[in-house]
Formats: sequence, structure tokens, C-alpha cells
Amino acid sequence: MTQARYPLSGDKIILTGEHPVTIDGLDDCARFSLRIAPSQSAAASAALGLDLPVEIGGIASSTGRLALCLGPDEWFVLAAKADGAAIVSAFAEIYGQAPHSLVDVSHRETGIVIDGPLSALVLQSGIAFDLAAMPVGTGCRTLLDKAQIILMRETANRFRIEVWHSFSEHIWNFLAAVRREPEFNI
Amino acid sequence: MLLIRCPYCNAERPEVEFVYAGEAHIVRPVDPSQTDDDQWRDHLYVRNNARGLHFERWRHIHGCARFFNALRDTVSDKFVTTYKAGLPRPRIEDIKESM
Repeated sequence: MTQARYPLSGDKIILTGEHPVTIDGLDDCARFSLRIAPSQSAAASAALGLDLPVEIGGIASSTGRLALCLGPDEWFVLAAKADGAAIVSAFAEIYGQAPHSLVDVSHRETGIVIDGPLSALVLQSGIAFDLAAMPVGTGCRTLLDKAQIILMRETANRFRIEVWHSFSEHIWNFLAAVRREPEFNI
Repeated sequence: MLLIRCPYCNAERPEVEFVYAGEAHIVRPVDPSQTDDDQWRDHLYVRNNARGLHFERWRHIHGCARFFNALRDTVSDKFVTTYKAGLPRPRIEDIKESM
């Protein structure tokens, strides 16, 4: 029997002092991978209760639900765990008019928040594009070290990572290690 | 590290997010059962192997996951241009004029 496993939930690294950085393993939430033709995204927007962003990287959020546009016809949806069933039933109702694929990937991933003035510098150790050029309120799929993640920039100094469980311990240890670099002025 | 412009994301992204996917603009025979062995072999395996400018497919697998086409110089490894899948092959002369 398979069992849900949340390796990072409740884990937290808090560093105060000259270079404060917080790395926080988030509690579980509902996650969906939504694929729908862009011409029919209005129906999905109505079912979700927010306007799906059309530009890749765009984020829209409303009443605790968040949608990130990953590709021309692909969105990543985050919601509170208790809200997941409501999203599934709302999309089931529009399936006849707007065929789509809504896959529950809640169990697949885990969330990490990295917060603090040096969070961008810490993440830049493993991300190959220029994080300084990433606007606040956008997100993308990318690679951190060798693992695929979904990265969202919530504020200038606060990032959220969504990573597959099987990579999460590697990412966690990677972040824990690189955040020591500014402490030692490396 | 090379930066590759993804025509779907409209952004310069690092090459580690991409994978190469062979030569572009290979047209599959409409009715494969009507082709003889040589034609089918040519379709499957025979490629240009250009030295210089080369039209090729790439996939932004760790990003938007789309396939797109690129014109790359196989000697200098420089990407001349990228464009969305399904668009016609641009004329190299036009691109050289705009460079």
C-alpha cells in the first residue's frame, strides 16, 4: 500500500544575525496540473474563480487559490488542502463544454519557502538564469542544481519552491548548505 | 553557459533547461505504406549533418515543455534565431540581412 509522505513538512531552518535566511518546509496543500486549450480557458477561469494568466510565468490568485501559467496550455494550481475536492467537482461540471485535463498532483510535490534578504543569492547558487531579472509575482519551471522545480517569486526576498518529493531532500540539503556561504563570505 | 531564447516563454533561458531534438522540417510521408524501403530509410535516418547553419528542433523541457525550431551554427554553436513549431522555415538570406 502506498502511503502519503511529507518529508519536509514542519522542518524549518531559521538563521538570524547579519544574513538572516529562513527556509521553511510547508504543510501539504492541494496541487493540480491543468491542461486546457487557451481558447477555452475562460471556462476554466470561471470554474476556478480567478482569471487564468495567459502569459507564461504569470500568476493569478484569489480566495486562497493560485494559478501559475507554465506553458501555452498548461497551468499549475495551488489551493488549500480542504479546497481540493471543490476544485475537482467544479471542473467536472464544465468538462462537457470545455474538455480539459485536471490532474491532482498534491502527493507528488512538496513546498519550500525561502525568505530573507539573501534568498535570491542563495538560490542563484543553483539556478542558471539571472534571478535579479525575475519580476516579483511571476513563476516558472526551471532547474535548481540538478532537480526540476517550480519557482515562484512572492516578494523581492521571498521565493516558493515546489519540488517533487523524491528530489526534496536533495534540494533541502542543497539549500541548507549554500545558505552558509554568505555566512562565511564565500 | 549558453542562453537560448524560447519563442513561447519569450525569455532567454539557460541551456540546461533545453534538450536537442534532431533536424527540423522533416516531413513525414503522407502514406508510409506507399514508400519503398529507401524512401522510408531516408525519412527515418538520413539527415543533413550540416557544417554551419542548421535548422533544428529543440525542446524547452524544464520550462514550458514546448518543442520549437532553431537556426544554429554548428561550428560556432551560436543560435541565430528561434521560432515556434509549425511556422515555415525562414530564408537564411532574410535572417542574414537583418543581422
